[in-house]
Amino acid sequence: MAVISPPGIGKRSAPGLSPPGRAASRRHWAGWGFVSPFLIVFALVFLAPIGYSVYLSLYRSQLIGGTRFVGLDNYQQAFGDHEFWSGLGRVGLFLLVQVPVMLGVALLVALALDSGRLYGRSFFRISIFLPYAVPAVVASLMWGFMYGKRFGLVASINEHLHTSLPDPLAPGWVLASIGNIVTWEFVGYNMLIFYAALRVIPGSLYEAAEIDGAGQWRIIAAIKLPAIRGALVIATVFSIIGSFQLFNEPSILKSLAPNAITTYFTPNYYTYSLSFAGQQHNYAATVAIVMGLVTMVVAYAVQLRGMRKEV
Amino acid sequence: MSATSHVPDTVAPAAGSPTARPRRALRAGRAGRRHSPGRPRRSVLLTGLTAVVTLYSLLPLGWLLINATKTQPRLLDSFGLWFSGHFALWDNVRETFTYDDHIFVRWLLNTLLCVLLGAGGATFLAVLGGYGLAKFDFAGRRAVFAVVIGAVAVPGAALAVPTFLMFSKIGLTDTPWAVIIPSLISPFGLYLMWVFAAEAIPEELLEAARMDGAGEIRTFFRISLPLLAPGIVTVLLFTTVATWNNYFLPLIMIRNPHWYPLTLGLNSWNQQAATVGGQPVFHLVITGSLLTIVPLIAAFLLLQRYWQSGLAAGSVKE
Repeated sequence: MAVISPPGIGKRSAPGLSPPGRAASRRHWAGWGFVSPFLIVFALVFLAPIGYSVYLSLYRSQLIGGTRFVGLDNYQQAFGDHEFWSGLGRVGLFLLVQVPVMLGVALLVALALDSGRLYGRSFFRISIFLPYAVPAVVASLMWGFMYGKRFGLVASINEHLHTSLPDPLAPGWVLASIGNIVTWEFVGYNMLIFYAALRVIPGSLYEAAEIDGAGQWRIIAAIKLPAIRGALVIATVFSIIGSFQLFNEPSILKSLAPNAITTYFTPNYYTYSLSFAGQQHNYAATVAIVMGLVTMVVAYAVQLRGMRKEV
Repeated sequence: MSATSHVPDTVAPAAGSPTARPRRALRAGRAGRRHSPGRPRRSVLLTGLTAVVTLYSLLPLGWLLINATKTQPRLLDSFGLWFSGHFALWDNVRETFTYDDHIFVRWLLNTLLCVLLGAGGATFLAVLGGYGLAKFDFAGRRAVFAVVIGAVAVPGAALAVPTFLMFSKIGLTDTPWAVIIPSLISPFGLYLMWVFAAEAIPEELLEAARMDGAGEIRTFFRISLPLLAPGIVTVLLFTTVATWNNYFLPLIMIRNPHWYPLTLGLNSWNQQAATVGGQPVFHLVITGSLLTIVPLIAAFLLLQRYWQSGLAAGSVKE
């Protein structure tokens, strides 16, 4: 990803500092020595499975005839697969609504914290961040209980206030309810990323803007937002990747809302069901690869667009 | 949110702003700069709005704390946001630990084992790798960076199925190793250590050590490692969260309840309550959830100073 540029790359060490010849070559190998443990494990747990996945996707196993090479047949099947498209559509919708809401709230809070106009800033900062430390399982169970009929908050609010709030676990609402859980989990994390980026804007820029008579909103639009563009783009890209991979929350809520959440609710859930309930490993690998490609294309497009605006 | 690793668990945007910034600005930032322009007046309105988001963030945690003090019958028939009946927190905690022949203790130990080896190992590899990338100018460095960062976009599920099949062939499934080995790689950790090492270790110091004839390994342990401490704490904390909270990977890899981590165990108690004829143990699910999050929240609160400076450094670079 081009957004992130490694520090110091392309910047050769100053001449005269690094001794030529044997010492330099020794340091060359020392560099590889430090990096290679990571790379060996990386090859084992990242590269090998990806390669194996591609291999699997080109085969199909059948009761009769065993496993045979089928070329791109699995991919063709995926493109005509209604269940796959319905899952993809669902995470697409999720992404269009949940990601802007979450990042918008995170940005507003980060700007408020950075403005220096709050009482109790560090209390707010750490409190909003805390849900990040809560496992998705616990977050989904907690919210699931609060949503639920048995001892849920929605039910008791309806009972006490005679309102008729909809059941958050009903088929029409469950995606929004999942969006709320995910927002709750990650709003503080993204806020912290934005806040960290805001804190390093040189104070001299603000002084100059003040002399020019710029107001707070003007300073936000003209200085703060452009300065943290990189953080915004990266948070967006990672939130997109996260949305496409949605799995934990629906999988845990399924026991509370068995009818609202299907086995192909999200593409990731579909892959999981195909593979571990249906034993269709080859087709599952294919769906996963298609999903991986879709994710990378969308993430890359967003990134290109986000960076292009930079003047 | 996602599978193996959601963003965060995952990876993380801590990465930050690519905008080139003068080194001066960085120093100024570290020195604890200003509040925006001048010294602004505090605003009650803005504080109120932020308080709403804070309330939203804390409400479910408050709900969890309140309901962990209730007995199962009171849990089902009392209002969720207030205490009710006899204060049963300690009874619940005792029952959580002893229920089903102390299985919760077993799950806790499994999680601790994964954190110790998985997060510890991931941090170790990230520190070595990040240092190597930041401080040695070797051929192929750029390629290493591109491959590792590109891998971040690969969905967890694309890896999970083939990893499961590979591990089952060599008999690793249903053992903690199936969870620990994939946890050893943290692209975010590598990235953060890279940025951090580039900033925190002055080139002159390394040159001086080399002049004195110290080997690279000795230089690393004696000189570089202490300077990297805040970065290491940050990476360790975030890899710990990722491992402690991991659900997708153990879900796939582990069948035997004796090897479950806490996350899978809690979910199995919840499902037991939902099955017909299963014993409903909602009070244990709730108390167990509380016990699961307390250590991580405590760690984040106690180590605030370190990880906040570590993250800040991650978002600043040239």
